[in-house]
Amino acid sequence: MTAPNTATPLSLYVHVPFCASRCGYCDFNTYTATELGEGVRRDTFHEHLIAEIHQAAGQLATNHQVDTVFFGGGTPTLLGADALNQLLASIKDNFDLAPGVEVTTEANPDSVDRRMLDDLKQGGFTRISFGMQSSAPHVLATLERTHTPGASSSAAKAARAAGFKHINLDLIYGTPGESDEDLQHSLDEVLAAGVDHVSAYSLIVEPGTALARRVQRGEVPTPDDDVAADRYELIDDCLTAAGFDWYEVSNWAKPNAECRHNIAYWRNAAWWGIGPGAHGHLEGRRWWNVKHPHTYAQRVSAGLSPMAEEEFLTADQRSLENLMLGLRMKAGISLDAFPSNDDAIAALTEQGLLDPAALELEPSRLALTRRGRLMADHVVRTLAA
Amino acid sequence: MTHPPAGGAWLPGATDPAVIRNFCIIAHIDHGKSTLADRMLQITGVVDDRSMRAQYLDRMDIERERGITIKSQAVRLPYEAGDGRTYVLNLIDTPGHVDFTYEVSRSLAACEGAILLVDAAQGIEAQTLANLYLALENELQIIPVLNKIDLPAAQPEKYAAELAHIIGCQPEDVLKVSAKTGEGVAELLQTAVDLIPAPIGDADAPARAMIFDSVYDTYRGVVTYVRVIDGRIGTRDRVAMMSTGAVHELLEVGAISPEPTPAQGLGVGEVGYLITGVKDVRQSRVGDTITTANKGATEALGGYRDPKPMVFSGLYPIDGSDYPILRDALDRLKLNDAALNYEPETSLALGFGFRCGFLGLLHLEIVRERLEREFNLDLISTAPNVIYDVVMEDGKALTVTNPSEFPDGKVAIVTEPIVKATVILPSEFVGTVMELCQGRRGTLLGMDYLSEDRVELRYTLPLAEIVFDFFDQLKSRTRGYASLDYEPSGEQDADLVKVDILLHGDPVDAFSAIVHKEKAYSYGVAMAQKLKELIPRQQFEVPIQAAIGSRVIARENIRAIRKDVLAKCYGGDVSRKRKLLEKQKEGKKRMKMVGRVEVPQEAFIAALSTSEPAGKK
Repeated sequence: MTAPNTATPLSLYVHVPFCASRCGYCDFNTYTATELGEGVRRDTFHEHLIAEIHQAAGQLATNHQVDTVFFGGGTPTLLGADALNQLLASIKDNFDLAPGVEVTTEANPDSVDRRMLDDLKQGGFTRISFGMQSSAPHVLATLERTHTPGASSSAAKAARAAGFKHINLDLIYGTPGESDEDLQHSLDEVLAAGVDHVSAYSLIVEPGTALARRVQRGEVPTPDDDVAADRYELIDDCLTAAGFDWYEVSNWAKPNAECRHNIAYWRNAAWWGIGPGAHGHLEGRRWWNVKHPHTYAQRVSAGLSPMAEEEFLTADQRSLENLMLGLRMKAGISLDAFPSNDDAIAALTEQGLLDPAALELEPSRLALTRRGRLMADHVVRTLAA
Repeated sequence: MTHPPAGGAWLPGATDPAVIRNFCIIAHIDHGKSTLADRMLQITGVVDDRSMRAQYLDRMDIERERGITIKSQAVRLPYEAGDGRTYVLNLIDTPGHVDFTYEVSRSLAACEGAILLVDAAQGIEAQTLANLYLALENELQIIPVLNKIDLPAAQPEKYAAELAHIIGCQPEDVLKVSAKTGEGVAELLQTAVDLIPAPIGDADAPARAMIFDSVYDTYRGVVTYVRVIDGRIGTRDRVAMMSTGAVHELLEVGAISPEPTPAQGLGVGEVGYLITGVKDVRQSRVGDTITTANKGATEALGGYRDPKPMVFSGLYPIDGSDYPILRDALDRLKLNDAALNYEPETSLALGFGFRCGFLGLLHLEIVRERLEREFNLDLISTAPNVIYDVVMEDGKALTVTNPSEFPDGKVAIVTEPIVKATVILPSEFVGTVMELCQGRRGTLLGMDYLSEDRVELRYTLPLAEIVFDFFDQLKSRTRGYASLDYEPSGEQDADLVKVDILLHGDPVDAFSAIVHKEKAYSYGVAMAQKLKELIPRQQFEVPIQAAIGSRVIARENIRAIRKDVLAKCYGGDVSRKRKLLEKQKEGKKRMKMVGRVEVPQEAFIAALSTSEPAGKK
């Protein structure tokens, strides 16, 4: 199939809501075998996802071309290479795929081996992202991660050997009990693994998680924002020195190794979310699916839409979203698409949060300084006020 | 059970003073005054059992809920005594709180007798004692009564001895009743008829009646309660207020029995109400003398006094757009509250509000509660303060009712109001309470044992110290067993300074306080620490300073915020994050700017809250 030149790029997200065990800090829509309950089988779940892929293709106007696909979770690799490849094949059958399409899957270092990586590469996956989080055993223990230290870099090396050019490692910093040295060791391991992309997130204690309960009981101290800010700068220094460049607040990449799928989110492009709890966005309409895999499976099996809710954004809301998403990126935002607020811009520039160099380069472009990256939400609130 | 006899002696305006008995009940809250009044209404037959509701005479919801009587009322009860004659008992209700001492004194002045009602399980409390002294000053016949004798915890012998000791009678003279069951109440009424003197007055003299209460009614205008001393006030008279000379038509004269019942007039010794059509209780003031406009009296009855506010506080709507509602609400409350004073005030920190003057802390609290409840307002009140007279070194004098008005220049003398305070407490707490009073610049005047384990302490204290959480401290140090009463006792010079709180160099008017020099440091440190906890981190470091003039006495720093960003923002996070930002934008509107510092409304409320007036007294 050849796409017409006017085709709108589309991104597809596929949510796999399963994990082998639940990490203490995680509030994602994912379920362990015991949490899942009766009525849903992990080994046939991809069939429900394929059913929604069919639905989506049927509903979508034809002039879209899929530029990126991202399998997230949960732990997509728990489905096995065959199921993941079947899902990708179904996408190819139902959508128009762009040449050079980016296909990523998240993976737990424990749930992949060389053979699986070979199979995924064979099936058309181009990128793989491992949740490493830390190399320090006591930090992994606080996070209740099951993998052993070193597993992530081994997995990354195996992925490279299998032919994956684009590999990401996720880090979590600011975990109570983590020292600067612990973080430095984690970064050393990341660099030694030879990956081309790093995402680093400060630990957030999400309400309702096991970690939140432990903090409340006083077993674990609350993560300190000042420490997190120091660690962020340490990460940025270290990765920059190693040839990475930040392109979004929490993401660094080697040249041309940015994750195109995530960039689509930050540019507020069009995407469709497949799977329980997945979100989609098409031109100011946002919607999301029912969260529980069982309800989801029932809906799609019956030929019904799994959508739970939708919202149609006002012009103000779209503008606020463009601001809050665009400003997270190194490229920043163009003021042409945004009602400018000269006083706020001047104040934020004076506070060292907006980069005057970006303004000089292109008078209508706003971008964050490094201090501004850590204060991005404040900058957005000030500009939007 | 008796019923009002038809015609004759029963009708107001035609009652022989010899059968009139005017009395009030002096009691602490919860000692059963309202319940006793309910029994009297039933026994005398003015309220039948079916329409009886608990605490019949307490009209406002707040009164009923809090068990306190704010506004007094008078009820006329027929009572057939042992001698076969029908007597007219006028039961005059009295407000039971320290803030309303003047109103109490006027109610007492309308009576010849007082029932001293004390809980047989708790003994006499400080306010009761203070009101008893007032009654003795007015030469009232005291009838000591122990209530709640049906309670298992009652100790009638012990407290009968205590009462006998205080008023100088025999323990056997103390009546014992249960207002709840009605036991002993008929005997009490007979005793009142026997012991309380009949009123004496000159029926042929020009009319003179004392106003002892004045209540605004939406439908009738102001209802004025009076006790006629001399002469007669009839429905055809026009009346004059002797303090102002203002003349009013009389629309209605009558007595409450227990609903308002119009009559032809009120004669010597009688108690009843007048309606003149005025719309504001300020035109019909408690303590004033009413006479007839034609051939009226030339000399007023003694004891009239303008209500004088003692405690001041700024009231501000939390939502600035509620300001007009607050203004209208105060205008409405003022109709029924001659002691409420207010004028518009602007605070840098809190916006537009009113500086209000109150008789005391309870008065403040009642007004605030009514504003919030009846007018649906959310209010911030600044820390209450008293009135100061300041003389500058250049001889200029000024009066300060708001710390922000305290002059910055060279101050020669500051005088502050002082009070005589009485604390009644179990003897085991004497040490800790003396320590408290000493710490609040108190001077011990005397100490008496009321019984072997109950002590009366008398102190002179600055009113400002009482206004600042004294009652809370007293209650917590005595596990709630102490009671407090105080009355104004003049002024004294004091070494007072104004402590300002500066945020990033800018003074915050709402946090300024006038404190004793020796306490300035601890006030400054405590306030700076509290604000450090309450004010969120800003883009820049924010020093919080406490200062006397230009001298900084305490300092804290709020470090600059370094991180305000969500770590992750992918497709599924967008809606949630946008909603969070929208909410935060709304929250930003509730921020007050103090110079460059954003202070959430909540921080002001929390910072001012510990010095909020104490609860129910």
